Amino acid sequence: MTTFTSDLTLRLRIETLFADYVHCIDDDALEQWPEFFTKDGIYRINSRENLALGMPVSLVYCEGRGMMGDRISALRTANIYEPHTYNHSISALKILSVATDGIRTQSNFAVFRTMSDGAMSLFNCGRYMDRIVEENGALKFAERLVVLESRRIDTLLVIPV
Amino acid sequence: MDDLSVKTAAAPDFKWLHGDMSQVPFQVYTDEALYAAEQQRIFQGPVWNFIALECEIPNPGDFKTTFAGDAPIIVVRAEDGSVKAMVNRCVHKGSLVCYKPRGTVKEFTCVYHNWTYDLSGQLTGVAFRRGVNGVGGLDPEYDIKKHGLQKLRVEIFNGLIFGTFSDTTPPFREYIGAELCANIERVFPRKLKVLGYHSQILPNNWKLYVENNKDAYHASLLHVFHNTFGVVRPTMGGGIKLSDNGWHHLSYTVKNADSDDATGKEKVRSLQDQYKLNDVRMMEHKLEFGDYTTNAIQTVFPTLVVQQILNALAVRQLVPKGVDKSELIWTILGFEDDDADMQALRVQVNNLVGPAGLISMEDGCVGGWVQTAAKADPGAQTVMPMGGRDILPTEGSRVTESAVRGFWKGWRELMGV
Repeated sequence: MTTFTSDLTLRLRIETLFADYVHCIDDDALEQWPEFFTKDGIYRINSRENLALGMPVSLVYCEGRGMMGDRISALRTANIYEPHTYNHSISALKILSVATDGIRTQSNFAVFRTMSDGAMSLFNCGRYMDRIVEENGALKFAERLVVLESRRIDTLLVIPV
Repeated sequence: MDDLSVKTAAAPDFKWLHGDMSQVPFQVYTDEALYAAEQQRIFQGPVWNFIALECEIPNPGDFKTTFAGDAPIIVVRAEDGSVKAMVNRCVHKGSLVCYKPRGTVKEFTCVYHNWTYDLSGQLTGVAFRRGVNGVGGLDPEYDIKKHGLQKLRVEIFNGLIFGTFSDTTPPFREYIGAELCANIERVFPRKLKVLGYHSQILPNNWKLYVENNKDAYHASLLHVFHNTFGVVRPTMGGGIKLSDNGWHHLSYTVKNADSDDATGKEKVRSLQDQYKLNDVRMMEHKLEFGDYTTNAIQTVFPTLVVQQILNALAVRQLVPKGVDKSELIWTILGFEDDDADMQALRVQVNNLVGPAGLISMEDGCVGGWVQTAAKADPGAQTVMPMGGRDILPTEGSRVTESAVRGFWKGWRELMGV
């Protein structure tokens, strides 16, 4: 019974982390986005096709919060693109393993993108492959791999997924 | 013997309004008839279409499918080690013979009615050729040996595979000229290895992206990542090279020879106080070609881009998808003999390029903005007076639109307008 309760607690804590993560992005609080990771956490976006082929180069590859912060500074101050917002749907959390180096999970997402003129589309969907660790009582991503179901990026990708 | 041979399209109903190549009517980006004519006069005309890399199909039977303009293409390594390319369209009912992106086969079988082809595209078998119990079956007049998939002429240059529909396309070396061949040989000196693929859907006519690549003038104005973060890169020299006919170009920047530290890595600094990068690893550059070229963007008419941005190497293949849409396929490259450090560096620096690239993403949207604005007034014109009105190479400056004008020269020559 204790195990059952602790499993549920863990699941709830992970789901809360995921919800906080997607609301941070969807609410355009992107300056806080690197805080969801450990200091030297890894964030990658790659397509299902590339990963199936064992390709090392990703669409986005951030090693550490510094690089993640640089991505956000760039989209705020340097990159030029039509303003748009994301709405994430997340589902199907599966806890794959719990080990000393972290909890490995797999879950699904869909990102709906709305442009400034109201045009809305499914930007991409896919899965998150995560390794989550506890730091000072809080769960953080040691690794978040975003696996895009489609390799096709419509126009550009600037906001993290 | 091609069953579905290409007919030359009549000259489209279109008039170039201006005397030289520096003013382009918006109609070229929006006209369906021009788009149809481009398929036959350009993509199926006397050009070399980039279709694959040798390293993607190393062994006999290895194939990949792609496009040359709208035409679906199979590229395959034949039994004798040669590379064949053919139109991916069954001679029977016109179905795609091969609908997979890549793989390895002994022969090609069209799944619709099981007509089979060997690796050279020759028709070898027809299902139920003799009918059932002597009833039905293939018309005895139809000689299988005389039919096959429409073949393209193939040429391989430095690991890059090109195909042409035309008998008159000159040899590749002659097609782009010795000076531009030298850059491909410079950036791809060893056995290539694919490190990734990206696909970017551009909401614009294919020619807007080609122009964008030939337009070195926009680079520091639209892509302000370097300037914003005050990344000091002591880049001094550079310029534009053009093929004799103006169709193909190379835009390059060269840095000072004394800007490297002992490890061969360039010193990169972030100077400005207001905006600073936390981490400059993605800006590092390890000299690898025995020269000081930091950036080299080369186009091969009509739709290939060869890219060196620091240590990020790629070929970009542009595929038109209708008059107002294109797909840009990025093949990210390294070398077979890259060590782990070099591969890690390429992974980092590729943050700069691709559909999410910090210095390239803007190219995904800017063409769409032209496309949207151009639609209302196809008779109005662009103007490209930077660097004069002629089509000449420049040294020491990239503030010129001469390579774009060179593209239009090639386009007009092939379109007959």
